[in-house]
Amino acid sequence: MAFTTMVGARIRRREDPRLITGRATYVDDVKQVGTVYAAFVRSPYGHAKLLKVDISAAKAHPAVLAAYTGDDLHHAQGLKTSLPVAHKMADLKTPPHYMLAIDEVRVVGEAVAVVIADTAYAAKDAAELVEVEYEQLPVVVDPLKAMEGPPYVHSSLGTNVAFRMPFAAGDTEAAFAAADEIIKQRIVNQRVAPVSIEPRSMVANWDAGMQQLTLYSSTQIPHLLRTQLAVVLGMSENHIRAIAPEVGGGFGGKLNVYAEEFVISWIATQLERPVKYIETRSESFQAMIHGRDQIDDLEIACKRDGTITGLKLRIVGNLGAYHQLLTPVIPTLTLLMAPGCYRIANIQAEVVGVFTNTMSTDAYRGAGRPEATFFIERAMDLVAQRLGLDPVEVRRKNFIPNTAFPHTTSTGLTYDSGDYETTMDKALNIVDYAGLRKRQAELRKEGRYLGIGLSTYVEVCGMGPSAAMPAAGWDSATIRVEPTGSITVLTGVSPHGQGQETTFAQIVADELGVPIDSINVIHGDTDKVQYGVGTFGSRGTAVGGAALKLAIETIQAKAIKIAAHAWEANPDDVEYRDGKIGVKGDPSRSMTTAEAGFMAFMGDNLPPGLEPGMDATRRFEPPNFVFPFGTHVCVVEVDAQTGQVEFVKYLAVDDCGRLLNPMIVEGQVHGGIAQGLSQAMFEEVVYNDDGQLLTGTLMDYAIPHAEQVPHYDLDHTVTPTTVNPLGIKGIGEAGTIGSTPAVANAVMDALAPFGVVHIDMPLKPEKLWLAMHAKTGNGRAR
Amino acid sequence: MIPAAFDYVRASSVDDAIRLLGEHGDDAKLLAGGHSLIPMMKLRLAAPATLIDITGIPQLDAIRVEGNRVTIGALTKHAALAASDALKKSAPALWDAANQLGDPQVRNRGTIGGASAHGDPSADYPAVLLALDATFTLIGKGGERKLPAGEFFRGMFDTALGAGEVLTAISFDAAPKSAYVKYHHPASHYAVVGSAVALTLNDGSIGAARVAITGVGDAAFRAGRVESALAGVRAGDDDAVAAACAGAASGQDARSDTFASGAYRAAMADVFTARAVAQAAGR
Repeated sequence: MAFTTMVGARIRRREDPRLITGRATYVDDVKQVGTVYAAFVRSPYGHAKLLKVDISAAKAHPAVLAAYTGDDLHHAQGLKTSLPVAHKMADLKTPPHYMLAIDEVRVVGEAVAVVIADTAYAAKDAAELVEVEYEQLPVVVDPLKAMEGPPYVHSSLGTNVAFRMPFAAGDTEAAFAAADEIIKQRIVNQRVAPVSIEPRSMVANWDAGMQQLTLYSSTQIPHLLRTQLAVVLGMSENHIRAIAPEVGGGFGGKLNVYAEEFVISWIATQLERPVKYIETRSESFQAMIHGRDQIDDLEIACKRDGTITGLKLRIVGNLGAYHQLLTPVIPTLTLLMAPGCYRIANIQAEVVGVFTNTMSTDAYRGAGRPEATFFIERAMDLVAQRLGLDPVEVRRKNFIPNTAFPHTTSTGLTYDSGDYETTMDKALNIVDYAGLRKRQAELRKEGRYLGIGLSTYVEVCGMGPSAAMPAAGWDSATIRVEPTGSITVLTGVSPHGQGQETTFAQIVADELGVPIDSINVIHGDTDKVQYGVGTFGSRGTAVGGAALKLAIETIQAKAIKIAAHAWEANPDDVEYRDGKIGVKGDPSRSMTTAEAGFMAFMGDNLPPGLEPGMDATRRFEPPNFVFPFGTHVCVVEVDAQTGQVEFVKYLAVDDCGRLLNPMIVEGQVHGGIAQGLSQAMFEEVVYNDDGQLLTGTLMDYAIPHAEQVPHYDLDHTVTPTTVNPLGIKGIGEAGTIGSTPAVANAVMDALAPFGVVHIDMPLKPEKLWLAMHAKTGNGRAR
Repeated sequence: MIPAAFDYVRASSVDDAIRLLGEHGDDAKLLAGGHSLIPMMKLRLAAPATLIDITGIPQLDAIRVEGNRVTIGALTKHAALAASDALKKSAPALWDAANQLGDPQVRNRGTIGGASAHGDPSADYPAVLLALDATFTLIGKGGERKLPAGEFFRGMFDTALGAGEVLTAISFDAAPKSAYVKYHHPASHYAVVGSAVALTLNDGSIGAARVAITGVGDAAFRAGRVESALAGVRAGDDDAVAAACAGAASGQDARSDTFASGAYRAAMADVFTARAVAQAAGR
């Protein structure tokens, strides 16, 4: 281990000066001469036959260069008929998903035509001239209805069920037969929208001389995007460059490849002009993937002392109308994490993926795991309530003990390390749990309703071992020691807010003993950076950082050889110490990495057989996932007159292993809590029965302002992992996963005196008010 | 967010604005701050052929308190109202509304005249201006006319402002015992319910009360029954105030949306009206 000065320190993010002074380059800041603009014509109906798509009037608009329909692209031009979906499922139904609709539209916002004009304004004007005749077809938006029979989203399938995945571990029937109590509860995890501040944005250019396509896209996965462009457009991948410049938020919404990216790329090759498309917020609500949307039916078997002995589970995932990149995979991740941090040996489950006339669901911060954490953490409280036990004690009774790691769960994951009880006890001490319970009892006498909610979550991240992923799970890093001593880092992950330009530089600064300002971390450009898988699943540092550590080791090994040769010493006697190369036991000799790098560049004094130059590219294949965990405690007061919720306290004690930069960790936790809390309280994508999107603007769809979220108290424990050489676990999604159930449990706890057992999210005041007034008529429990 | 094409002209005076309105006809809209109009244009829900920018007209942005009379220029920005100590003393209900309206960007650009003339059924000012029994000064080709708030606000996005007219000022008598209490919509931050109350107190008992509510019906409305019921009630008697405020939205066809049903809105009208009474009485 190197002498640590930077790692572990609260280094300010090196990304921030450009971001907060308006000097960052987002896609819309990319200005290219001759740029033309795309506008998409989108379906106003949830399901309809396309009788006619007439683009002639749009083409006649004086500013229009071209316009295309689905028939043009797929029939006349022969473009591949289906967009990609990554999965390893045996019996998945994969109906065609065209770039532009052919014959039928199946979701509001599905693109039916595209118009290209000199300006974005003219393109929009001309798009309004496209004449589309629709014949409306029956719509289904409710996955439970859709499972049962017609109307079918894809009539050729004769079903709306895309897949069924049964699962069984242990002897669940025996556990239920022997149970003292069986608790049944349906828990709906509502549909939400990622709402990245920068919507989907892209500009494609075709260099006819070089025969090169360049696509700037606001994406989390530039290399995977490049590969898919090659596959779908039938182009040679080495003539495609994908660039993710500054990305204004992703949250999984940009862990995808979208029809629009292929359409404008193809059009750029036809027109030999740069083609830009920046979607509007309303389009983003319609056509960027949504998250969650599961109906989870639970049956919990337990003993009178709170021990959970079995779980029956049906997970119904509303997939939307089509598969996007990972759509069917998401609900299967929920099953994997169903046991949470508890010993539940007997599980009987079925995961069902269902098509409906809604936008595709896909990875959204947490991606399948928050749904599991939500229901299992609600289940702990349901058990406590039924048995008259404290929710803390039910958790304690069921925790996987810290002596049992690595621990293989009944769903087949191997948790690397964990100490759930220590983290929970730390949180309970900080909030003075006993004092809170006392205060709650006092306030109830005054007709005030305080609620205390816990979430003791564990999540799977550091995605992931390639064998367990729908596509490659490794990542890469290159380090170049430049002749003048500065160091270039090329990372295969694609940070867009996670701060790896800072944390990766911290690691390199310590290990190679160079000033942090001499390190430049480059990412997001497939022509600069070796192939990398990208940023998602809390993997940036846990996988990309691990690859960087391997590259550092390779550089160090070469520098040691060079120094040993210069000193005529045995390389075995030379080592890196406090970031410098030296001879063991001889403090008089030392050499910096830069000096060794310069010698490697000059090439005239190298050990025989050693190549000149000093760079290294390494890849890290994670042997396992990592499993960060923690305890979140939320305290709320519910106003009995209105049902409005006031946050009294929020504490998160997280354990993500070793902290490289506590400030960045805290930033990730803050944002994560805000997003998870917002699902609990505010957010919901609503389609009506006709398939119309009722929450299509930020006037209707609530994301919280600063005053709508509480102050966060943060703390942590440190339980390292051996899965990667950095001993870290990933923290990007933990806040989102941990917070939602903590908030919901707090609200349900507040309403317990009214006999409330469960209310589905979002916990809108009206629902709470109705629950408080339904029995008493006056909002008073006594 | 790409609006349709439009022309843009600047008016140098009220007369100039009236002339331009005459010239450009029904397809023209006045731009007084734009924080309602521009978002609608971006969504192409509104597509005026011409915007007549009146924000440069001088002397329409003053807050004047003369004796018991308060006059506010129509181009006064929300932020100016929110920062006005004179307004806080003379008509705290309007000060409350200005402080809770929109966000800093909206408050720094939007104007009381523009917001009023827009006639949004969930806007804050209509309730306050009804409770203050404000007078609206409108100037058109035929000269000046004055309308009480009750006649100015007519319905959903519908006011008495004529096609060729400019709203220049809003005035009202000082109402130091007034308050506006708002239930914020979590997304739009418009009023789910907003209740404005102006009281006179005699020895701790409510004398006259004017009560107006926004966010519930097609337009803000005076809650006449509550006003009568409040007369004579001791302001400190929470139960009596609550009883007087019961059914504040009766007679209204309360609106429903994805956040709140009509029944809940109506129930909250009672709660927020009682809270506004308590706050006004405490001032």
